[in-house]
Amino acid sequence: MAKGDPGGTTRSRRAAPRSKKGAAGDPELVQLLTPEGERIDSATGPDGTEYRVDFTDEEYRGLYRDLVLVRKLDAEATALQRQGELGLWASLLGQEAAQVGSGRALRAQDMAFPTYREHGVLYCRGIDPIMPLGLFRGVDQGGWDPNEFKFNMYTIVIGAQTLHATGYAMGITMDGKVGTDDGEAAIAYFGDGATSQGDVNEAFVWASVFNAPLVFFCQNNQYAISEPLERQTRVPLYQRAAGFGFPGVRVDGNDVLASYAVTRTALDNARHGQGPSLIEAYTYRMGAHTTSDDPTRYRIASEVESWQAKDPIIRVRAFLEKQQIADATFFAEVDEQARRESVHLRERVLSMPDPEPVTMFDNVYPNGSPLLDEQRAQFNSYMESFEGSAH
Amino acid sequence: MATETLTLGKALNTGLRRALETDPKVIIMGEDVGKLGGVFRITDGLQKDFGDQRVIDTPLAESGIIGTAVGLAIRGYRPVCEIQFDGFVYPAYDQIVSQVAKMHYRSGGRLSIPMVIRIPFGGGIGAVEHHSESPEAYFAHTAGLKVVTCSNPQDAYVMIQQAIASDDPIVFLEPKRRYWEKGQVDLDAPLSDAYPLHSARVVRPGTDVTLLAYGPMVRTCLEAATAAAEDGRELEVIDLRSLSPLDLAAAYESVKRTGRAVVVHEAPSNIGLGAELAARITEECFYSLESPVLRVTGFDTPYPAARVEEEYLPDLDRVLDAVDRTFGW
Repeated sequence: MAKGDPGGTTRSRRAAPRSKKGAAGDPELVQLLTPEGERIDSATGPDGTEYRVDFTDEEYRGLYRDLVLVRKLDAEATALQRQGELGLWASLLGQEAAQVGSGRALRAQDMAFPTYREHGVLYCRGIDPIMPLGLFRGVDQGGWDPNEFKFNMYTIVIGAQTLHATGYAMGITMDGKVGTDDGEAAIAYFGDGATSQGDVNEAFVWASVFNAPLVFFCQNNQYAISEPLERQTRVPLYQRAAGFGFPGVRVDGNDVLASYAVTRTALDNARHGQGPSLIEAYTYRMGAHTTSDDPTRYRIASEVESWQAKDPIIRVRAFLEKQQIADATFFAEVDEQARRESVHLRERVLSMPDPEPVTMFDNVYPNGSPLLDEQRAQFNSYMESFEGSAH
Repeated sequence: MATETLTLGKALNTGLRRALETDPKVIIMGEDVGKLGGVFRITDGLQKDFGDQRVIDTPLAESGIIGTAVGLAIRGYRPVCEIQFDGFVYPAYDQIVSQVAKMHYRSGGRLSIPMVIRIPFGGGIGAVEHHSESPEAYFAHTAGLKVVTCSNPQDAYVMIQQAIASDDPIVFLEPKRRYWEKGQVDLDAPLSDAYPLHSARVVRPGTDVTLLAYGPMVRTCLEAATAAAEDGRELEVIDLRSLSPLDLAAAYESVKRTGRAVVVHEAPSNIGLGAELAARITEECFYSLESPVLRVTGFDTPYPAARVEEEYLPDLDRVLDAVDRTFGW
């Protein structure tokens, strides 16, 4: 029983003071790379599963490149919002390892269901990083093809996508695409706040009773906007899985190697018919929830500093340097690539055209609607009534 | 022509069976739809014949039913979800209006959610609270959803198949108090020849007043028209069938001929379908109208206790009273 677990004992406010972090915050992490950049050969999950990874030097360098690139692109998007070019931005700063680790663990045939913060997973799926910026700039609703990239649209309603992922995973089973190495799996991304939602709990029930080939990937970044983890749960989130009848594991979400290892194992288990599992990637959102909030109102500087020491990129760099897998030239080249791509991103965002107003009437219904057709026609003639109208 | 006499409920059952036979991607899911055949037995025998992969008993959570169906639809399936009663749909409301309705739009047309959400709706069966509601306006107000309802066994049989075959997400409202009413059903007519899903139909022609109704109120209006005929008034009864989109052309054509219109529905009047129809008809038929468009509806209360539902529900007398009032201007 975890420390601070209420258990069956009689409690009073005086008798059972809870630690500041509470049981929900106790670290019991699967970790393969320490914050100092030390490799750990293997780590064991709560159910005895052993996790290890064996990357080539080239693959290690690739992961580092991914981390640096997504951080830089994210920073560029944040800057663009501050300059008024985006209406809003949900930064992934601090969560790069959880996203790149899990994103790189996906096989081509696996389907991902993201929230609005999964820019790093999106990048790993091979989607042009400009795509989510259209959504946040307000020129479209997200421009990629979910089926082509096996990465669904961003979902803004908290937790709604976990049910979509579950249904999709049920469909994988119904299609007989489970049980072999080339089987399929789905992954649902959500945050710690989402675990309080009914939909997420319903998704747990569904996935469990239908043995859906699905990985629930919770990025516990410690805050749901301003509300700390303690406002969502009194037990470690990964332990919730047990109550639904599937395994749960907490991974160091700032460790790209461990994030990769646990996700790859969970996906492989799912595709081989062993059903769902829950991964709690224990991480920290270094910035605001979105550019609309001010985290200095709800968290203290020392907490942020303590997480800075666990930075997901610094530790990979330290490892690469110690192991002489990469040299200064490589790091400079990655930085230069990130700079180039972010400049390129900025140029393209600034030149994104506004949509033609009449396109707002498009794609409401696959089969159209006579009422909507009429409204579109009225709108068109109204626009044309303006003198000098280009319409 | 192979016509059979079926209840509306059995006609729906037969239509669902046809849809399962026609398209292997069609699946039925909901609470108790399998072995029990649904609380109204609308899915009776379907799991036995199509298996529990096609007719799926779900956990008891409405948001989960709709939300997982969204994922199945993305995967290429055509889910037909049963919500057990009208008043139980609200836990799924977020999934329906924020996800089902908007998925096609948000994806720029790349994804379709060809889903049917079947909801037994309306009162008149003496049920306890939450079992007799008319939530159609909530859904008809939502862009991206289509909302239809049937009033007779023939339409029930055909419209459920049309709804399932459509790529549009459709809320399919079933008039539960009419489940047991019988009618002739042509089982063999091809779907391609069927009357269009989103068209209203004149079910009784008349010249003096247009009654606009749907679902359970169509029969009430037909009875009113029969009674009015004895007094020498010919009421035209239109079964709207589609609540979103509304077949306004049919309504306009009729009202321009009759000059008078009464909208009848069980749902409360405030911000209801009747308000929309009255506004539209007033805009389009203003110079043809002999009187304002009137509404006969449920009251703006929660659905009341069963012992007073006969007073709550529009009946023949209230409809005829409204018809009389249209002649008072």
